[in-house]
Amino acid sequence: MTVTVYIPRDSSARAVGADEVAVALTAEAARRGDEIRIVRNGSRGMLWLEPFVEVEVDGTRVGYGPVQAGDVAALLDAGLLTGADHGLKHGAVDDLPWLARQDRLTYARMGVIDPLDLADYETHGGLAGLRNAVAMTPQEVVDAVSASGLRGRGGAGFPAGRKWQTVLSAPGDTKYICCNADEGDSGTYADRMLMEGDPFTLLEGMTIAGLAVGATHGYIYIRSEYPDARDILNAAIGAARTFGWLGTDVLGSGRAFDINVRMGAGAYICGEETSMLDSLEGKRGMVRAKPPLPALEGLFGKPTVVNNVLTLGSVPFVLAEGADAHASRGLDRSLGTQVFQLAGNIKQGGVVELGFGVTLRELVEDFGGGTASGRPIRAIQVGGPLGSYLTPDQLDLPMEYETFAAAGAMVGHGGIVVHDDTVDMAKLARFAMEFCSEESCGKCTPCRVGSTRGVEVIDRITAGDDRAGNLTLLLDLCDVMTDGSLCAMGGLTPMPVLSALTKFPEDFGLTAQEVTS
Amino acid sequence: MRSWSFDVKRLTLGEMTERSLSEIAGGASLEAADPTSARVRAVAEARSAEPGPLLEILHDVQNEFGHLPESTTPVVAEVLNLSRAEVHGVISFYSDFHTAPPAEVTVAICRGEACQAVGAEALADYAKSRLGVDVGAHAKDGSVGLEQIFCFGNCALGPTASVAGRLHGRVTAERLDALIDDAQAGGSSS
Ligand SMILES: Cc1cc2nc3c(=O)[nH]c(=O)nc-3n(C[C@H](O)[C@H](O)[C@H](O)COP(=O)(O)O)c2cc1C
Ligand code: SF4
Ligand code: FES
Ligand code: FES
Repeated sequence: MTVTVYIPRDSSARAVGADEVAVALTAEAARRGDEIRIVRNGSRGMLWLEPFVEVEVDGTRVGYGPVQAGDVAALLDAGLLTGADHGLKHGAVDDLPWLARQDRLTYARMGVIDPLDLADYETHGGLAGLRNAVAMTPQEVVDAVSASGLRGRGGAGFPAGRKWQTVLSAPGDTKYICCNADEGDSGTYADRMLMEGDPFTLLEGMTIAGLAVGATHGYIYIRSEYPDARDILNAAIGAARTFGWLGTDVLGSGRAFDINVRMGAGAYICGEETSMLDSLEGKRGMVRAKPPLPALEGLFGKPTVVNNVLTLGSVPFVLAEGADAHASRGLDRSLGTQVFQLAGNIKQGGVVELGFGVTLRELVEDFGGGTASGRPIRAIQVGGPLGSYLTPDQLDLPMEYETFAAAGAMVGHGGIVVHDDTVDMAKLARFAMEFCSEESCGKCTPCRVGSTRGVEVIDRITAGDDRAGNLTLLLDLCDVMTDGSLCAMGGLTPMPVLSALTKFPEDFGLTAQEVTS
Repeated sequence: MRSWSFDVKRLTLGEMTERSLSEIAGGASLEAADPTSARVRAVAEARSAEPGPLLEILHDVQNEFGHLPESTTPVVAEVLNLSRAEVHGVISFYSDFHTAPPAEVTVAICRGEACQAVGAEALADYAKSRLGVDVGAHAKDGSVGLEQIFCFGNCALGPTASVAGRLHGRVTAERLDALIDDAQAGGSSS
């Protein structure tokens, strides 16, 4: 009997040997006359166990990991194909507490299905949301998204329904849906995993958005560091066209919607939505002043919905299960779930989808298991390179937009980067300035010049060169960047810098009194 | 740091004369003797009807030649009816686009914070000393080049590096050595 074996095609899994495992297993099974069918699924998100191999035994998927190509023969000897015991065995995957404790809505199919098999997608609840949306008026679809409380998952948390309403109400026949798949923040990879592991969910969310606001064309702007995701998306788009989903007649609705993938070219600032629009138009990725809002004058000057991958990827659930199912999760005004990403010096790195309000401690300690090095945690950066550094005494903060903002931090795209006690926070503060100077679009002086000066000033402080004078200079510089920058690149770079400075002054050769006075 | 701002100004002046010269000379006849620019033109024309196609065209040209040949700016500008300054401005804005041929093997080390938390800076230093080149530079013989990337989306399994276009996680100095040796030997094993 043919046994089904799942080996992820996720690029993180591939980066630690998943392809080699697939090759070895194919060869070794053939040699032994074992009949197997390998499905290259998405990753379950337990990245520390990658390559994570699953074997289907009597309808139950049994997991083994991390598996290396060299383990394959011994695993087969032990009885891998019957789910037998082995040092790498973890048991029935659905029962693993790390997964069972999550609340996967956006990631419902992640790692479960074959990413490019539309039948598999439908069997697991795919297209239910779109089918409902097709039967609704555009206003009803927008109302459902508004009522769900869905907020932009890309960082700023702007209500998706309100943005869609603006585009729906805007006059004009030509409108666009632009998916922001630039995912430039270090420590974030949930967009990539969704695109590689369940691309149809994103396409479905975009199609629903198109029907809702009256757009017939969508673009996915994907960073060039993600070639695997681009290829999978293109294949998924092809399959959806053949199926009669994308194209001139979406699922027989008589309405048109199609999607193209466009690739960035190595510029972090192109994740900022107006810069992304310029880049999509084939220009330098310069940030535009707002107003006009992209919702009114976006791509090629037309009304445009710009949403993050996870925002659009959350929409099919809302339309399939209803706005209330989404709004019943989360905390206060942060409704629904976020796909949190554990990264950096973390023992059990991976993806945890839970309602907003889960504490940082639950994520980092319970799910993450603390640092990979086994040393104490010293600093945690949440929300990407523009996010503040938090200290272990802030671990009980609930992951929720407003609570984080009140603490001078941000949830952002849900990336959590852990550093142990060997970290040099002055180096990271310097890096934040260096990154800004490297990635600034160059439009405003505080960002472009300020960040370059920032690197120099931090160097002088750490070198002990007129510490007091240079500290004043650094604080002034941060003020100017915060107040005088057009976008959050220059405007938020002071967050990691100042949080490092005030919480870890000793790393700069300063005392707590010096930095607070 | 990107240098587009002064480059644009400098080019705007020279550009007008260049453009009128090429118009006088006749773009197409020049290309008869130059297969590269004829090919660049074909690639550009294949997409010229798409909305805002410049980045896509530049990616296509770079995929074909490994870099953007000299004729890219004038030819693409002409096909898309843009100024050379505009095309040049785009090429210099994006770090992916290269006007010189790449090294035979490119090693790119992630310097994002998540990879730094597990030793990326030490790995980058190691790569510099092992390869004898700085970040952003090629070895003199063109055999190898070193680049920095800010995040490959592999942040739970860092340090991350790509060698000859393939992504690798949990990269130690020894592993990097093996990967580079392998790539230089033309191998494809990991
Ligand atoms: C410097 C900078 C970089 C950004 N990078 C991204 C990004 O990579 N992905 C993303 O979705 N949003 C990014 N954003 C946020 C976008 O500007 C925008 O808010 C978002 O795409 C809107 O979608 P959402 O409401 O669905 O989150 C960035 C913003 C700034 C200022
Ligand atoms: S703050 Fe920086 S990145 Fe943003 S518009 Fe100004 S120069 Fe550009
Ligand atoms: S950052 Fe744009 S010119 Fe240096
Ligand atoms: S920070 Fe290195 S891969 Fe994301």
